Amino acid sequence: MSEKRVFSRPQTLKDAPFHFCPGCHHGIAHRMVAEAIDKFNLREKTIGVASVGCSVFLYDYFDVDVIEAPHGRAAAVATGVKRARKDRIVFSYQGDGDLASIGIAETVHTANRGENITIIFINNTVYGMTGGQLAPTTLLGQKTTTSPYGRDFMQDGYPIRMTEILATLEGTAFAARVAFTTPKNINMAKKAIEKAFQFQKEEMGFTFVEVLSACPTNWGLNAIDSMKRVEEEMIPYFPLGIFKERKAADVL
Amino acid sequence: MTEAHDLVKGNEAVAMGAIDAGCLYYFGYPITPQSDIPEYLSYHLPRVGGEFVQAESEVAAINMLMGAAATGTRAMTSSSSPGISLMQEGISYIAGSEIPTVIVNMSRSGPGLGGIAPSQGDYFQAVKGGGHGDYHLLVLAPNSVQELYELTILAFDLAEKYRNPVMILGDAMIGQMKEPLSRRPPEKGEKASKDWALTGAEGRPQRVLKSLYLKDGELTAHNWKLHEKYKAMQENEIRFEALMTEDADFVLVAFGSAARIARTSVLMAREAGMKVGLFRPITLFPFPEPQLSALAKTGKPFFVVELNTGQMLEDVKIAAAGNRVDFFGKPPGALPTPEEIFEEIKNIYPGTKG
Repeated sequence: MSEKRVFSRPQTLKDAPFHFCPGCHHGIAHRMVAEAIDKFNLREKTIGVASVGCSVFLYDYFDVDVIEAPHGRAAAVATGVKRARKDRIVFSYQGDGDLASIGIAETVHTANRGENITIIFINNTVYGMTGGQLAPTTLLGQKTTTSPYGRDFMQDGYPIRMTEILATLEGTAFAARVAFTTPKNINMAKKAIEKAFQFQKEEMGFTFVEVLSACPTNWGLNAIDSMKRVEEEMIPYFPLGIFKERKAADVL
Repeated sequence: MTEAHDLVKGNEAVAMGAIDAGCLYYFGYPITPQSDIPEYLSYHLPRVGGEFVQAESEVAAINMLMGAAATGTRAMTSSSSPGISLMQEGISYIAGSEIPTVIVNMSRSGPGLGGIAPSQGDYFQAVKGGGHGDYHLLVLAPNSVQELYELTILAFDLAEKYRNPVMILGDAMIGQMKEPLSRRPPEKGEKASKDWALTGAEGRPQRVLKSLYLKDGELTAHNWKLHEKYKAMQENEIRFEALMTEDADFVLVAFGSAARIARTSVLMAREAGMKVGLFRPITLFPFPEPQLSALAKTGKPFFVVELNTGQMLEDVKIAAAGNRVDFFGKPPGALPTPEEIFEEIKNIYPGTKG
């Protein structure tokens, strides 16, 4: 009986080992985005926007043209790319410090203008690359290197729900929150990311997928316990699902 | 086309120059005294197949510009002093990523909110690098409406030639005044190669525009590469105007709007029998240091006039190499009159003759 290949690296991903820590979900998210690009045969038409944080090395893994944006400004850079090249597929890939803290103005206004781009938002409740500081998405009570007593709403306010905020804007065509904790959730994540790119292809407007993601290193947990934390602590506060899905008729 | 007798506002001349240079995208945020530029382009860019985007902030505007220009398309932004301060982060990234962009600063007065009157208080920021890191903008300083138009066109060519941000440094006076403009769109010349532009990796290897270099020695090499580019600008791109400097006993040095006022003072001095010349740097970076040094070597002292408390003065002092340098500064609030500068010349002139 001859062997049949049933699983292979997406064409959009280079044959390069990820630098991410063991148990980190960036690798899964990278693969899923690459698979979506492959699915619609968009690799040669795609321009990626890298952000600042662990995600900056996007260009080392994705075999597409990439521009590296300043911290928080990826949505603005993506706006410029897309305005100049409407026939290209443009996506940014940003962490929570980048998107929800320093870049929240650019994010909200890009969505509000209905820019026809896709943002993949990695929410792991912590600043990863700088060593585990408080993020705007850090959960109440969560200890980080700059909230050593745990996040206190009296001091730092509440964790911010970006998908819900962006879903309120008319310019947003698709907004969903996903996670990789179970096979069911992984399937849902895959579909959501595919839909975001499909919507962009169909010029439906701004598309946004938030991925609840594990950061075992900065959480001080192993890979399995990190997955449990996403399921048991993050999902109750950051519910999964599609929060906005524009119908084609809405844009006519 | 605009005929020579048509009166055009300086800011509009910039916008016309951009259109004639083939600029298709503009990103900006309103701020006095340059809002005529976005207003003009919001009307005209869509008519030439381009787009105007009013950004939510200058921070966003400079990053949108970075994205659009990264595709190899001609694009620009404009602002005035406080807005240009907000753009410094993006400018540093653009310089580091070597993306050709045109940035106009119709400067007003500072520090802080300052005021909306003309000032040359942004010389250091423009010329010495207002953002972080070891980089330079190529800085052009026009002094008339016609020159605003022509230097805007040139700015796009130079930006692409050097893959570097180019800044046009004007001020509220140059931007707001009206003068005759002869609009002469450039002939379609040889375009600089764009083998770096992000267009999608269709049948070619991936392209990356970035400023992060972490591997051993990479960033050192990148900085030296940028340095070589700045050296090439110094060798090839210096522009200046010298008026009656050859027989002058001393030379007044001024740029932009200050040079316009000073020119009248120099003519008044000549009328009064004093051999005074005017040297006007048009490129502030690269600074015409070799040309000023040559004048200094013939023993001519310098008299610097600026609409600030002494910024270009430092560069002139370097070129003067120990020769006498006098200074007349006018911080924002009031413009000097030609008579005021002439009075200064009369005070200084006798002491400069042997």
